[in-house]
Amino acid sequence: MNARLTTILLRSPVLVTMVLFMLAPMVLAVVYSFMTNGAYGGVRMPFTALAYRQLLFQEDFDGNLVFSTGYLAILWRSVLLAALTVVASLAIGLPLAWYMACSPPAKRARLLLLITLPFWINTLIRTYCWVLILRDEGLLNSGLRRLGLVGGHFLYNDFAILLGMIYTYLPFMVLPIYAVLERVNGDVIEASHDLYADRLSTFRRIVWPLAMPGAIAGSLLVFAPALGSFLAPDLLGGGRRLMIGSLIQLQFTSSRNWPFGAALATVVSVAILAVLFVVVRKSFNKVPAR
Amino acid sequence: MSSKPFDWKATPGLSTLSWVVYLFLYAPLLVIIVYSFNAGRQATLWEGFSLDWYAKVFHNRDIGIALSNSLIVAVAAMILSTMLAVTAALGLRHARAGGGGQITLGLILMPLVVPEIVVAVATLVFFSGIGLKLGLGNLIIAHTVFCVPFAYLPIQARLTDMGSAVEDAARDLYSNEWQVFRRVTLPLLLPAILSGAMLAFASSLDDFLISMLLADAGQTTLPVYIYGMLRLGVSPEINAVSTLLLASSVVIVLVALRMQGMTKRKS
Repeated sequence: MNARLTTILLRSPVLVTMVLFMLAPMVLAVVYSFMTNGAYGGVRMPFTALAYRQLLFQEDFDGNLVFSTGYLAILWRSVLLAALTVVASLAIGLPLAWYMACSPPAKRARLLLLITLPFWINTLIRTYCWVLILRDEGLLNSGLRRLGLVGGHFLYNDFAILLGMIYTYLPFMVLPIYAVLERVNGDVIEASHDLYADRLSTFRRIVWPLAMPGAIAGSLLVFAPALGSFLAPDLLGGGRRLMIGSLIQLQFTSSRNWPFGAALATVVSVAILAVLFVVVRKSFNKVPAR
Repeated sequence: MSSKPFDWKATPGLSTLSWVVYLFLYAPLLVIIVYSFNAGRQATLWEGFSLDWYAKVFHNRDIGIALSNSLIVAVAAMILSTMLAVTAALGLRHARAGGGGQITLGLILMPLVVPEIVVAVATLVFFSGIGLKLGLGNLIIAHTVFCVPFAYLPIQARLTDMGSAVEDAARDLYSNEWQVFRRVTLPLLLPAILSGAMLAFASSLDDFLISMLLADAGQTTLPVYIYGMLRLGVSPEINAVSTLLLASSVVIVLVALRMQGMTKRKS
């Protein structure tokens, strides 16, 4: 058997599986988003853009279309919270990754394990932890009361959602940054010091540019799932502070409006593809060719 | 201070900051574990040590069914995704950048970038569109797809690390391609394959959203069942079953990483 044929034969099972069960469903979802919803869920012909219109306009009692910001507000909040999650995990993750990269090899392995482990623990359980801590009869409140301070309501607000998302997605940020920093040659940093750069300017002009590819990869890996996040808004936001993930889920369950749900899913996917495209192109221009 | 040699590895305050972050990562998990041994009925009011809630979990038939569903799906998805990952890694081994291999690689890694909710609803729409009703089979297919990247990455990393010198040597000694694969490539790759398989298993156990949207009645997986319990309110029973799931993920992943570590020490 020639090598080319072997390669094709080896690649085809995964190619067929991913095209059939990953790509085709996403294409079908886009098709569904242009259909009308059936009386009992499901979809009907004809093709329309009604689902997308629903994002911006709502019909009032007389059948007139009125511009409505309800769904746009949810989209905007989702983007904002996802972006804040990226910023916060970058702020926490970058120093941590640098600390890991600077540690001696044996300790490095242990630190790495400690970051990797939570990543594999069930997300539902990791989000539920914060319910136990933040709820009114929770650990935080009882602790505050014991200290003689007045407690408050910590659950069911945007801050709780943000906290839950940072907690869930932080490893996605730390790991890629660590992967690039680990390979940094210490000589460049010593050279920068020899040339009278202080810590801050060494960081700004040497470490940060080197960490950049990792930070970009990490930001994408955090942003994408955070944008479609379901558990944090549901459990920590109480389902009242909707994010787009919960909104999509609602359309497929209680609201039974599949075309609208599919349209929302399409919007999210396009948004992420757009970010991916822009970031990848920009970062290719910035990273100097080696 | 200035007489001390410059040590760029020690940034002031960085170590403290890092340990605070580790505390942030682990303290909440500890809360669940501690409260799972709480004697009281209240989920977060400590009333002494007890194993009652674990006993309750073990006697709960529905939890047992959910667990066995989870295990069936995870084992099946693990086997299928690992087989796909091994063939893919071998097939993409000599892929050039910009070639057709890049597209296959992009497809393999797609589940890492597309949010789970989008994968979940797209799969739901697709299965209902083509009228696929295989019971747990539907879940197995969906899980296999998003487990592929987790199985693929360690195998691919190992293939890159080990180079092709040993295999070339075997070829020089008149082994045919099949013998090279069976006697050289596969044994060298085995720890990475096992590691990838376990990571796939762990990600299947971790899944909630896809199972929630796709599972029919009676096919509930454990996380979906726990979510259902949460709807009824916080209880120590949830803490106990969560702790069990948490502990099993930790064990699986530790073993998987150990295998990966073995491949590194050998090379």
